[in-house]
Amino acid sequence: MAIIEAEDLTYTYPFAEKSAFKNLSLRIEKGEFVLLTGPSGCGKTTLCRCLNGLIPHFYGGRLEGKLTVAGLKTTEHTIYEIAKHVGLIFQNPENQLFALTVEKDVAFGLENLGLPREEIRKRVDWALKITGTYDLKYRAPFELSGGQQQRVAIASVLAMQPEIIVLDEPTSFLDPQSAKNILEVIHQLNRDLDITIILVEHRLDLASRYADRVIVMKDGQIVLDGEPRKVFLQEETKLIGVGIPKVVRLYISLRKEGVTLNRVPLSPKEASQSIAEALTFDRG
Amino acid sequence: MIEVEDVYFTYPNGVEALRGVSLKIAEGEFVAIMGQNGAGKTTLVKHFNGLLKPTKGRVLIDGVDTKQVSVAKLSRKVGFVFQNPDHQLFSETVEDEISFALKNFGFDNKVIGERVDWALNLLGLARYRKVSPFMLSGGERKRVALASVLAWDPKILILDEPTIGQDSYQKERLRQFIIQMNHQGKTVIIVTHDIEFVVECEPRVILMSNGKVIADGEARKVLTDPDLINKSSLILPEITQVFINLNDLGFPRDVMGVYEAKRLILERLKKT
Repeated sequence: MAIIEAEDLTYTYPFAEKSAFKNLSLRIEKGEFVLLTGPSGCGKTTLCRCLNGLIPHFYGGRLEGKLTVAGLKTTEHTIYEIAKHVGLIFQNPENQLFALTVEKDVAFGLENLGLPREEIRKRVDWALKITGTYDLKYRAPFELSGGQQQRVAIASVLAMQPEIIVLDEPTSFLDPQSAKNILEVIHQLNRDLDITIILVEHRLDLASRYADRVIVMKDGQIVLDGEPRKVFLQEETKLIGVGIPKVVRLYISLRKEGVTLNRVPLSPKEASQSIAEALTFDRG
Repeated sequence: MIEVEDVYFTYPNGVEALRGVSLKIAEGEFVAIMGQNGAGKTTLVKHFNGLLKPTKGRVLIDGVDTKQVSVAKLSRKVGFVFQNPDHQLFSETVEDEISFALKNFGFDNKVIGERVDWALNLLGLARYRKVSPFMLSGGERKRVALASVLAWDPKILILDEPTIGQDSYQKERLRQFIIQMNHQGKTVIIVTHDIEFVVECEPRVILMSNGKVIADGEARKVLTDPDLINKSSLILPEITQVFINLNDLGFPRDVMGVYEAKRLILERLKKT
């Protein structure tokens, strides 16, 4: 079942001369983990803003075509309604957190939904536990590290129990180990709760191992779409400016020399296994 | 020459961000300062253009104590590009943004015009000349911030997290650009988490943790040391991880690049 369906979508920001994307069509199934990437200015952030109705309701501009997200036509429903189904996480968690305690931040969206107190309490604790921030419950968000803040931001979105979570470069302000932790949390939401994930990332080395599918955009068009192992082998990725993982680059450069590993590696572990196998096979 | 002599720095809220840092950066060096969030990296480099002054110890730029000169004067020599371009940009158009500092430094209009053109072209921003910086994408705004600093041609260039929000094509351009600046004799200091970017550049690496320098040396030596990398909340370079796993088969552990990795594997295959 498609949870996101875009048909012939064209969008132009107010006062812009050129459209951000044109005649874009896209179908994402429920439970998919989609990695969305492409050079800066390719339209990926704009697409994210469409998915939860920020476009056109907040940004204005002209949106043509059809977009259905979690069964809702985004043009016909308010951001508030769509937000119950689609959570959005930004690059900088500071922009998303504002309450005096972590608990209040996570509860805020739920209070607005008018849920009963007990239900709110239950959901807040649940979301904090899943994201590993339960111990931070009474701390002030602004005194947490960037990685902790981003996990709290994810918790506040998660508490709404959305079917889809869209994350726009959620790790770019974080140090690598915190980034890795965030990606593991996202992976877990997808695997255990079957939440559909749309992750915008430049750091493909850490993210691609979790993705079912990679979509590459350029100049407002989808130019590549498929399994990571297939997409990364396309020559175009280099021209487009997609930073494919170095282990994939190693695979490609070995293949050019006539050595083909038994699979396209998506992590250092996969790479070293395949290389070790190639070496033993050769000996035997 | 930058000389940091046993520098301590405590923020007004009591956070001790630097706890006894000493180092020297010679003219024309290319240095990457790395470490986890809160390690003190940005605090340290803010001492290089006098934005912050040591609580204890001293910082000398070309022999002059930063406590004796104004930030305005130091800036002419030390250009600082912030991590978040929005902390830096404020003008109505990209062109105004770039010419602002030049006007303040008292360059004449002709020179300003030339410098602005040069910086716009260098960073691929010419088509945005008349556009508001706030209409641009995050990656583009970062380039505007960089252009505005480069325009006044500082001798020392400090870039705080320059690769954030940049795609791989922009990163490669940035890398070439840094190397070019460095070859022209500029001292380039980058503060970054982006280990794969540093692997491509192979600068001197200074690793910080908890307000102290915990390692200082060649990229290959520092970045392939699992203990140091762990302590700094970094992750070993991808290729290094592969080769550490292959260590049992007799491969070296300090491999960082794709090309050398390929060479080592092919050599081994030929031998068997």
